[in-house]
Amino acid sequence: MSAMIAVRNLERTYVTGEFEVHALRGVSFDIQRGEFVAIMGPSGSGKSTLMNLIGCLDTPTAGSYHLDGLPVELLDPMLLAAVRNRKIGFVFQQFHLLARNTALENVALPLAYRGGIPAAERLERAAAALERVGLADRMEHRPHELSGGQQQRVAIARALVNNPALLLADEPTGALDTHTSAEIMALFNALNRDGVTVVLITHEPDVARHARRLLEIRDGLLVRDLPVERWDSSPRGPTRPRSRRLPVRSQWRSAL
Amino acid sequence: MTTSEQSYPKPADVSVAAAPEPIDAELAAALNELEGGGIGWGETARFAFATLRANPLRTLLTALGVLIGVAAVVALLAIGRGSQESITASITANGANLLTIRSGATNTPGGIRGAVGGAQNLTIADAEALANPEAAPNVALVSPEYMGNAQLVAGANNLNARVTGATANYAAVHNSSLAEGEFISDEHVRTTANVAVLGANVAETLFPDQSAVGQQLRVNGQSFSVIGVLESSGGTGFGSVDDGIIVPLSTAQRKLFGARSLRGSLTMQTVVVQARSAEAVDGALAEVQAVLRAEHRLPSDGSEDDFSVINQQDILETVTETTRMLTLFLAAIAAISLLVGGIGIMNIMLVSVRERTREIGLRKALGAREGDILRQFLFESLALSGVGGLVGLLIGTVIALTLDVTGLFTASLSWDAVLLAFGFALTVGLFFGIAPARSAARLDPIVALRYE
Repeated sequence: MSAMIAVRNLERTYVTGEFEVHALRGVSFDIQRGEFVAIMGPSGSGKSTLMNLIGCLDTPTAGSYHLDGLPVELLDPMLLAAVRNRKIGFVFQQFHLLARNTALENVALPLAYRGGIPAAERLERAAAALERVGLADRMEHRPHELSGGQQQRVAIARALVNNPALLLADEPTGALDTHTSAEIMALFNALNRDGVTVVLITHEPDVARHARRLLEIRDGLLVRDLPVERWDSSPRGPTRPRSRRLPVRSQWRSAL
Repeated sequence: MTTSEQSYPKPADVSVAAAPEPIDAELAAALNELEGGGIGWGETARFAFATLRANPLRTLLTALGVLIGVAAVVALLAIGRGSQESITASITANGANLLTIRSGATNTPGGIRGAVGGAQNLTIADAEALANPEAAPNVALVSPEYMGNAQLVAGANNLNARVTGATANYAAVHNSSLAEGEFISDEHVRTTANVAVLGANVAETLFPDQSAVGQQLRVNGQSFSVIGVLESSGGTGFGSVDDGIIVPLSTAQRKLFGARSLRGSLTMQTVVVQARSAEAVDGALAEVQAVLRAEHRLPSDGSEDDFSVINQQDILETVTETTRMLTLFLAAIAAISLLVGGIGIMNIMLVSVRERTREIGLRKALGAREGDILRQFLFESLALSGVGGLVGLLIGTVIALTLDVTGLFTASLSWDAVLLAFGFALTVGLFFGIAPARSAARLDPIVALRYE
């Protein structure tokens, strides 16, 4: 079985006015089915760019990205939307739930865009997903009636409802307190044990520690790729880039 | 829409150096499978209506512009059509398919023209010639009419009224019906009888508290018996006979007014001819001209007629055309307010797209395609104009019916006007919905998700 995610020499260059910003400068790695990977890096390191590419929200300038065997860099926007719908479950820092809809309706939303599933079955599958994240008793609640942790659970259920190849979480605990964060991370762990492939993007070492493998990005390059248990013993990598800092970086930052 | 050839290259086109797998038939099948599916129309419409329900006040205010526009168009078209029908009805109330022949102007050798009718050169003989079915097969009925004014006296009441000398054909030609009594008969005309049929208003004025039939009245000092009273034709419409009386033609010519004689036959101002049908009117007109020119011994060299013929259908067409133009003019003004309503929809939809940027970003991240977002927002603007249009139809109908009931206007609703107004409202919603829907569909999900 080939890798769930196969990234080769991935580059992404933004053109902002007269500057070319090299956000990703050639990154390669594989992620196997069932892994739990944290992608770490400080802000401006290119990890958000990498997340957008892995999430099929963006297409690379150069290099290749295969998700579950699909050559993503070759797909047109319509197919990318279908790939996002069926292969990827997004979890965002800001939850991004529709305020007017109940938890159940929010979770069922991706199934509507998939098409061909009767409404009753959509709600049934949404209810099953909510049970999986421990919210069986909150299905008819609207987001404002739920705590932050519960809202994020609803978002995770929404990400799971299409049985995606990949659960892609972007700072999922960024808006939560420490205790709730631990609960959410425990949930990710439990889902991963059940076989869900999880990719977590974060800048917090405490959060990244819950993963089993760590990818560290700096200045658009992969600087470390190691199991989490070897993280503390390994040389801590440059806290300040030694030679990689490019003049363009300050321009990019000011452009942002 | 992209075809499968366009959406991903064939194996030969792929140049991915480190691709773990080449594109093969299995992958092509997977991509085809991905292309299928997608959100249905019903679900898209449900999303759109859910948004509109979530903000009822805004929905109402936005739809109001279209609502008022549609209501105005429907009401004005109904009133225009109603007016047209009532005018047409009042013209044809005096008989259908009529040709009114009047004496021509006097032509003197000096070239001085008198007024139309001044010559009084229509005679009984002319009328009899027109009634000959061999000479004028398209003519059904001929009603020679002598007009004059006379002082009517009955007891203490008197009034000056129009006196029409007529034959028995008058009632059939002019669709007159009697409220009571009987009409002038051929016998009355032959015997120059002093009998009169009264218009409804005249009967009311002269004999206010009693039945007029059988009573006596004096016309220019001569005594007449009332043999009938006409039914009111309603109001003072075009050519109303409510304010006049009808006497036998011979009585008017000989006893009351002393008509001139020409070629040994008494004259009158008017002969009304009824054609056999609406299609026969043109034929009857030609026959009337031919018969009268022969009767009047006019040369067939294209010289002017010494009579004039007014075609009722010409009048009808003119009136119809005039009211139609007026109606369209009013409806066009109302349609402008519909257009303004459309701009209101566009404005609100643009605001809505801005407000819901993050929602749009989320929907795209969850797998909504550009077309899905486009359709959702188009549905919203269509629903706004559609709901506004439907309520507008209802209100416009109520306005039209209310005006009709109160008698201020005659209103007549028609399906084509209703469909026109509603169709125009939907078109406006669609047209002004395109720009906001496109801007929503084209949002970059990455930017949209971060939008604050």
